[in-house]
Amino acid sequence: MQRQIDHELNKLRAVILSMGQAVEAAVEEATEGLIERDPERLKKVREYEDRINAYHLEVDELCLKLIAQQSPLAADLRMILAIIKINADLERMGDQAMNISLNVRDYLSKEPLPEAATIASMAHTVRKMVRDAMEAFVKADLTLSEQVLLQDDVVDEAKRTTFKRLIEVMKKDGTQVEGAVDLMLVSRNLERLGDHATNIAEDVIFASTGKDIRHGGFHSGQKP
Amino acid sequence: MMTPSPVLLEVNGLKAFVESTEILHGIDLGVSRQEVVAFIGPSGCGKSTFLRCLNRLHEETPGGRAEGRVTLEGQDLYASGTDPVQIRRRIGMVFQKPNPFPSMSIFENVASGLRLNRIAKGVELEARVEAALREAALWNEVKDKLDASGMSLSGGQQQRLCIARALAVKPPVLLMDEPTSALDPVSTAKIEELVIQLKKETTILMVTHNMQQAARISDRTAFFLYGDLVEYGPTTKVFTTPSDRRTEEYITGRFG
Repeated sequence: MQRQIDHELNKLRAVILSMGQAVEAAVEEATEGLIERDPERLKKVREYEDRINAYHLEVDELCLKLIAQQSPLAADLRMILAIIKINADLERMGDQAMNISLNVRDYLSKEPLPEAATIASMAHTVRKMVRDAMEAFVKADLTLSEQVLLQDDVVDEAKRTTFKRLIEVMKKDGTQVEGAVDLMLVSRNLERLGDHATNIAEDVIFASTGKDIRHGGFHSGQKP
Repeated sequence: MMTPSPVLLEVNGLKAFVESTEILHGIDLGVSRQEVVAFIGPSGCGKSTFLRCLNRLHEETPGGRAEGRVTLEGQDLYASGTDPVQIRRRIGMVFQKPNPFPSMSIFENVASGLRLNRIAKGVELEARVEAALREAALWNEVKDKLDASGMSLSGGQQQRLCIARALAVKPPVLLMDEPTSALDPVSTAKIEELVIQLKKETTILMVTHNMQQAARISDRTAFFLYGDLVEYGPTTKVFTTPSDRRTEEYITGRFG
């Protein structure tokens, strides 16, 4: 027997999934714009960003209605709480994709730097994290969620390495400072995207098991 | 002075029968002082019977009997020679449907237990009645019509009158069997607020079918199913991350 709340939750899941796909597309356009040096791709990010913001409001409204009408408890309550948090993360991810597109637009007007290749690799990992986090949400897949958490360490390390290299570039050649700063901002925004994907993975684990592994719980050995 | 034991009421291996049918299959459960415990579960799961065993009301049901051990402040309530009437003075009860004594005034409804048990008379009786009505958050609404019939009050007021009647003899434990199921939301909110106030003095065990009510006002929740206690724990835990799959299924409306 399907309960009324199941219908409402399915509707909510479908919207958040569409929102996740829009975020994935926005990140793809922003990062491919860098890799392919294509300003046209960057322009598409704005469209996705508008769509993400509309989903953000829709999800909030659906959650509010669901809480008011269905008074969810236990797994239902955890799922709605997770969705509210994922909604906020996805909205911020849309903003970060937008930031990246602006950083890349600035960067493309300057002389290319070889460090852009490292950032391309970092972007690849982050996009996989976003995709995996949303897939983990759809399938309530704890193993995939854990993989996202592990990938976050890779992204953090990539950001540190990129920063070091770009600082070296700036020290060596003053004319490259502006381009290096643009790439640092891209790198910083990618790292934040990874953090939000990690948050989503943590929320999936919470919704499925009730275990809160934020703030070091996962790395301190507390497995879901 | 000795510190009172944190466990006020202790139940071990409690079984309840009607004729040869076993309704409760050996319940173990402890209740601390100043706690509100909610009892939830589908109809017929034994939660009301459990409550009625605590003040030995179940044995008044034709064919009803109980086995096991129930202690209140260390005293075995089922020990031979224990007077059930005296137990009911210490473990008060409020029922689903408000049941003021129809022939009595508001004052007499509350005074009846005090008179019957020869606890108070005269000025002291009046003071105890007023105190009980104040505790039940009813005094301001009835102080000018204490001689009116208890039946002249609204449903919610009648239920608070019954609570005042139960509180008048200062029971350490109050049992409430779906006390708000016949009341409108405003009266329900008043009773819930009252329960939270009362727990400073009185330990409350409440049967409810309203999950949100249990979540709102209880400290611990017990889930009964087919005469077994499936889960008993802090209310927040039970309603957010229950340990047992059956609890999860029941409170999310997948059965029951």
